[in-house]
Amino acid sequence: MQLYTLTVHQLSELMAQKKISSVELINAYLERSSKIEHKIQAFITHTKEEALAQARIVDAKRMQGEELSPLAGIPVAINDNICTAGLKTTCASNILNSYIPPADATVVTRLKNAGSILIGKTNMDEFGMGSSTEYSAFTPTKNPYALEAVPGGSSGGSAAAVAAGEAAFALGSDTAGDIRQPAAFCGVLGLKPTYGYVPRTGLISYASSLDQIGPLARDITDLALILNAILGHDPKDSTSATVDVPDFKAGLVNDVKGLRIGLPKEYMEAGVEGKVAAKIQEAVKQLEDMGAICVEVSLPHTEYAVAAHYIISCAEASSNLARYDGVRYGLRVEAEDVLSMFMQTRSQGFGDEVKRRVLLGTHVLSSASYDEYYTQALKVRTLNKQDFDQVWTQVDCLLTPASLTTAFKIGEKAQDALAMYLSNFCTIPVNLAGLPALTLPFGLADGMPVGLQLIARHFDEQTLLRVGYSLEQNTDQTSLKPDLDRE
Amino acid sequence: MSRYEAVIGLEVHVELKTATKLFCGCSTEFGKEPNTQVCPVCLGLPGSTGVLNKRAVELAVKAGLALNCEIGTHTWFDRKNYFYPDLPKGFQISQIFRPIAHNGYLDIEVNGQEKRIHITRAHIEEDPGKLIHTGESITTSFASYVDYNRSGIPLIEIVSEPEIRSGEEAKAYLEKLKSILEYTGVSDVKMEQGSLRCDANISVRPAGTTTFGTKTEIKNMNSFRAVQRAIEYEIDRQIELLEDGGTIIAETRGWDENKGITVSMRSKEDPDYRSFLEHEISDIKLTPEWIEEVRAALPELPDARKERLVKEHGLPAYDAGIITGSLALAEFFDAVYEKYPDAKTISNWIMGELLRLLNARNLELSQAKITPEGLAKLLELIKKGTISNKMGKEVFELMFEEGNDPEQIVKERGMVQISDEEQLAQILTEVIAQNPKSVADFQSGKKQAIGFLVGQVMKATKGQANPGVVNTMLRNMLAEK
Repeated sequence: MQLYTLTVHQLSELMAQKKISSVELINAYLERSSKIEHKIQAFITHTKEEALAQARIVDAKRMQGEELSPLAGIPVAINDNICTAGLKTTCASNILNSYIPPADATVVTRLKNAGSILIGKTNMDEFGMGSSTEYSAFTPTKNPYALEAVPGGSSGGSAAAVAAGEAAFALGSDTAGDIRQPAAFCGVLGLKPTYGYVPRTGLISYASSLDQIGPLARDITDLALILNAILGHDPKDSTSATVDVPDFKAGLVNDVKGLRIGLPKEYMEAGVEGKVAAKIQEAVKQLEDMGAICVEVSLPHTEYAVAAHYIISCAEASSNLARYDGVRYGLRVEAEDVLSMFMQTRSQGFGDEVKRRVLLGTHVLSSASYDEYYTQALKVRTLNKQDFDQVWTQVDCLLTPASLTTAFKIGEKAQDALAMYLSNFCTIPVNLAGLPALTLPFGLADGMPVGLQLIARHFDEQTLLRVGYSLEQNTDQTSLKPDLDRE
Repeated sequence: MSRYEAVIGLEVHVELKTATKLFCGCSTEFGKEPNTQVCPVCLGLPGSTGVLNKRAVELAVKAGLALNCEIGTHTWFDRKNYFYPDLPKGFQISQIFRPIAHNGYLDIEVNGQEKRIHITRAHIEEDPGKLIHTGESITTSFASYVDYNRSGIPLIEIVSEPEIRSGEEAKAYLEKLKSILEYTGVSDVKMEQGSLRCDANISVRPAGTTTFGTKTEIKNMNSFRAVQRAIEYEIDRQIELLEDGGTIIAETRGWDENKGITVSMRSKEDPDYRSFLEHEISDIKLTPEWIEEVRAALPELPDARKERLVKEHGLPAYDAGIITGSLALAEFFDAVYEKYPDAKTISNWIMGELLRLLNARNLELSQAKITPEGLAKLLELIKKGTISNKMGKEVFELMFEEGNDPEQIVKERGMVQISDEEQLAQILTEVIAQNPKSVADFQSGKKQAIGFLVGQVMKATKGQANPGVVNTMLRNMLAEK
């Protein structure tokens, strides 16, 4: 039995039956990591000793008969832009390469309270700016299905860790598809909850109006268990929603009969790879066979979403990253005076892509270009949202490709900022509208995972899980495992 | 009449009197060890999120209403982006596009002339931290220290229309603003602790024209008097410069209190703050009902209180204006009046003795030891004739310094006035005998001669004789002769 391939709920069951202990489980994961991490490079920081210490505590509680969460004793990887008290949190940036937060993010507190074991902090594109993890200041992460391919990004370390069996689940953050696209590239499930449903406290801001923490996992039931633990209002975060959190696990149903699923034509007409398109058609057929009603719909402003998103996210980033000035924490490059110190610190501390976006953001917010760029982008954002409001009068959810292509090669787009950004074509409109969306694997094409994306109304994560669960129960396409031992 | 007219607008920053900061639970107490009242939120640590202090909103609305502003039912915060070491996030959270209050006014009175100064807007924002330089300024210092205790303290910035025309009007505006904010409990308004700060935008133009001249912004003024002086200096400087054929440079100038001049600090290219919506703090949504509740709970404001003192107590408008100019003074007046309902007498003592001593000692009323109850007792003693008015002033000063009970002071010092006619008759007889010339003068019609005789009696009694009684007795005795 390879523990590192099992789902959270399977592991939880084994521990509840006392067939394995959490310490055994953590050791199995650590052993797995020791064999493959040098190939994948999913982690920035490992927490071996602390993870084992925590596992012993959970085991002791279980021995005493304490009632434990289904997430108790389960190893989790956390994206390195989510704060962990006393543990280096770098955003994969040189400017924060030794930054140790004083407090846990709210989601980390919630997982710790559930007894989950933090097994490490995962690699990402610097500050979340990228779609391949190549813009990490430290090292690129590799795709477990093909080491010459990218895992996607920015939460590529998290996706690769879950896919490769280095963590049972992970938390990433999603500003432009940063959970969903890497999940799709790595053949795991990724869910971006409704904006505001997961508290942002402790998430290091990239683009405040778009960022959202969410889970990456191996099946729908695991996602439901994680959502149960991390969703819900946080009094420390005034933007966090006050919407009730249902029991997602209890709400899982294998039934899509009569459910209306929209197929936005703009996504299929946007240059989707033939092999990906074929898998999408297969999924549509499967859903129709299961009783769903699939209809073509239109989101006419889709083609402008990437440009609007680029402007808005860069604008917000230029402000959010202003605090890294060398005065209080993080990198400081000493210089003759304060202004030079600011400039030297930021010049040396940030990578090229971050600088590009900060400069673009500064430009679009400057008074000479504000109306031409920023104001226009906000208008497109409104139109984008209206597109979705319109389709919700016709359908219950949308089905699209998670990405127009399967994982691309390392180096293929790293020098082409626009091509990199366009790789989030399918995921970006969701962030602009603040909607929840799920990506799940649907088989392989040429040996690489293909991802489906499901999009639902605000706070309707249950419909996403319902469709995902039904697909999972009726096909064998959603559960993929990479073969890392082939070499 | 000057050929020039000054155009002045004031930007006043006022610390709101909340126990905690605008977006976190840190204390706002003044004067604590540097960087002891800080947390991840007000230090802008990565990942920190703040929550808006409801009390700050309430106080800002109170201020807006007291300044006759319209209150926005839906306003929000924006970011003002700039780099400075005292600004922990690299942006200040402020209200740029939609201030909580706008379109208000306050009335001032200068040289007996009433004038209405309009208020453009009042918005909520967070204070940055404070820099402490080892040298003169950040550019000339070997090192600068940053104290973030002040970072995140809630402020309102109150911006006036450019309707002020002189330093005197500016001072009157600030005094009125201060008393309104004091009455409403919105702020401590202590300029010396920085809870009220004022910048002045000044330009001049040929009298009778309507276009604005190039303005300068004056900073670093530490008192209302300094604001007045700085404005007067700057107006003269600008006029002189123009008269000499020069041009005004748009710049920020600092007030040098010692030299009494303004000096150029930096040229004012309008900084591009790249303002946009703050997404990490939720919007401020207020119901009209809640705003009306706040309005209904507003206390009596300075103008209304002044009018009441004039109408109900018959005080001169000038006295009433001074007394109600400070909430402490107005409350002192009311407390004395409760025990001793003679408004004019109380006003005379406040306007005379109390303010004289406060000014001479450079004290706030709260630092003086005299109580309203004490003053009421003192006035009672004078009224009963136990002590004279003149003795009363001596007693007042002792009460002011020591806070003792007036009766006790009078007793201890033997300051009892002699009103007993039998006791006085003996002394009067002697004085009459010793001063035949004055007696003759009086009797021959020089009525003012009586003053000299009263003076002699006072001298003989070491000032203890009741002058009123002495006067009457003398007239009777001299008439009998």
